[in-house]
Amino acid sequence: MGRAVSPSFWSQLWSRNAGGYLFLLPWFLGFFGLTLGPMISSLYLSFTNFDLLTAPDWVGPANYVRIFTSDPKFSASMRVTLFFVVFSVPLKLAFALGVALLLNRGMKGLPLYRAVFYLPSLLGASVAIAVLWRQLFAGDGVVNDALAIFGIKGPAWISNPNYSLWTLVVLSIWQFGSPMIIFLAGLRQIPVDMYEAASLDGASKWRQFWKITLPLLTPVVFFNFIIQTIEAFKSFTPAFIISGGTGNPINSTLFYTLYLYQEAFSFFRMGYASALAWILLAIVGFFTAFSFLTSKYWVHYDD
Amino acid sequence: MTTDVQRLTVVTERQTAGVKTRKRLLSILAHVLLVGASILMLYPLLWMLSSSLRPENEIFTSTSLWPSAISLDSYFRGWNGLRLSFGTFFVNSFTIAVLAIIGNLATCSLAAFAFARLEFWGRGFWFAMMLATLMLPYQVTLIPQYVLFHNLGWVNTFLPLVVPKFLAADGFFIFLMVQFFRGIPKELDEAAMMDGCSPWRIYWKILLPLSTPVLATAAIFTFIWTWDDFFGPLIYLSDIRTYTVMLGLRTFVDSSAQSDWGGLFAMSILSLLPIFLFFLFFQRLLIEGIATTGMKR
Repeated sequence: MGRAVSPSFWSQLWSRNAGGYLFLLPWFLGFFGLTLGPMISSLYLSFTNFDLLTAPDWVGPANYVRIFTSDPKFSASMRVTLFFVVFSVPLKLAFALGVALLLNRGMKGLPLYRAVFYLPSLLGASVAIAVLWRQLFAGDGVVNDALAIFGIKGPAWISNPNYSLWTLVVLSIWQFGSPMIIFLAGLRQIPVDMYEAASLDGASKWRQFWKITLPLLTPVVFFNFIIQTIEAFKSFTPAFIISGGTGNPINSTLFYTLYLYQEAFSFFRMGYASALAWILLAIVGFFTAFSFLTSKYWVHYDD
Repeated sequence: MTTDVQRLTVVTERQTAGVKTRKRLLSILAHVLLVGASILMLYPLLWMLSSSLRPENEIFTSTSLWPSAISLDSYFRGWNGLRLSFGTFFVNSFTIAVLAIIGNLATCSLAAFAFARLEFWGRGFWFAMMLATLMLPYQVTLIPQYVLFHNLGWVNTFLPLVVPKFLAADGFFIFLMVQFFRGIPKELDEAAMMDGCSPWRIYWKILLPLSTPVLATAAIFTFIWTWDDFFGPLIYLSDIRTYTVMLGLRTFVDSSAQSDWGGLFAMSILSLLPIFLFFLFFQRLLIEGIATTGMKR
């Protein structure tokens, strides 16, 4: 019986599945060849010394031990990156939500405002904008010229380690346009009759915001929060351009990705850089998992 | 009785008038705020534009936006500011971007069709895998990919930047297209299936022609992201003949920024121009694309 069934079983298996797998063929090649394979390979490399020219040399957990015990640049870059994430993401989202709420009042000229606020986030990833920022916040830059009008003498923002990272935070906030658009789309999903019912009951606008708008918007807040945080961890170009690839002054703009780049492509310590990459993955993965696990306590989903 | 009613209506009218003026005042206040914010947001961009159009000696003498005279000198100086002209870099950037668009549209739509429309064993699992790759920081695959492309002899060619696009490596666009395909009535391809249409014909003759909006959105975002990409070119392209515009700008900053901000700004403006044009003409598509899928920028 098995014999009688198997040809039709195999041909059925083929005819039911071949189509899907054929359409997915390019994606499979990419997934195994460019994602999964390299991931495993970089995990292996993270336990080796590897300079690209000679074969990888197994050193066990030595790279990780050095990273966590005696690498001041690692801790510096971690501090810089966490500072950047902790300040840029909430501020950016606050601006995005604030402006979205303002625009959602049925403002005249909404498309124009929306376009103006969105433009910086569309252009912002470009090297050209980082170049512009470098000039704006230079000692003799436009920001200080503007401050001088009010009689304030500003510092050289970019080359002063106390302020250099803040210029990057400001650059990130300047690009609040895309989360704003997502907030606007979310606000439009909230049924108007909820507000009407609330005002009939005499609820103030302030109360309506806390009791209706914000709870119903939490899925969007959650989404924006995750995306922007991961993006902030991966941020590279602005710090690279503004510091000329060094992360200076005194490592104050040494983003984690910049440090990883230096290790891999300036010093060709590819094994060490792979270990740094896996630590980044662990941090991003932990953050994402933590957010999803705690989301049930503050994200409101329709049942 | 009548007087009471009259008095009442007068009072409510007065109240609504009060509410109306209050509302109007609030809305004026909101507009003032928004206009102020708009100026603040656009000022850096406008300032760079006006600086690029100023005569060279005037660039840092004022914060005002209006140049005393318009001069294109900075553009000519900047264009030839490096060993090769920016013309080469623009051609390179366009070449890479166009190839990336072709690759993404072709292979992401194939994968999206499979995920959205075909039944096969393991579909849910592979779809979850695809979504997981969206979250993955590229640094984790960076070094082995570099080693691979290095061993293939692809460094200093466009291949490391383009070939991944032909392997549907931008999972984001797969997701975008799956969302769109799911919105197309399934009856269309079920009827075609009844008539004996192969999945390929359904994909090619029915779904794709209905999907021009999502294909356009994917094409525009692919262009912008590839055009802006700095990290990929930075590690794979070191021969100046293969430089993209972004690498050209970076070299410009390092070599002559101190002496020639005008030329640097002019080239920066030119590098932003293609993206700005897309913004101008396809804003609706871009905004809808972001709003429906929650893209990062």
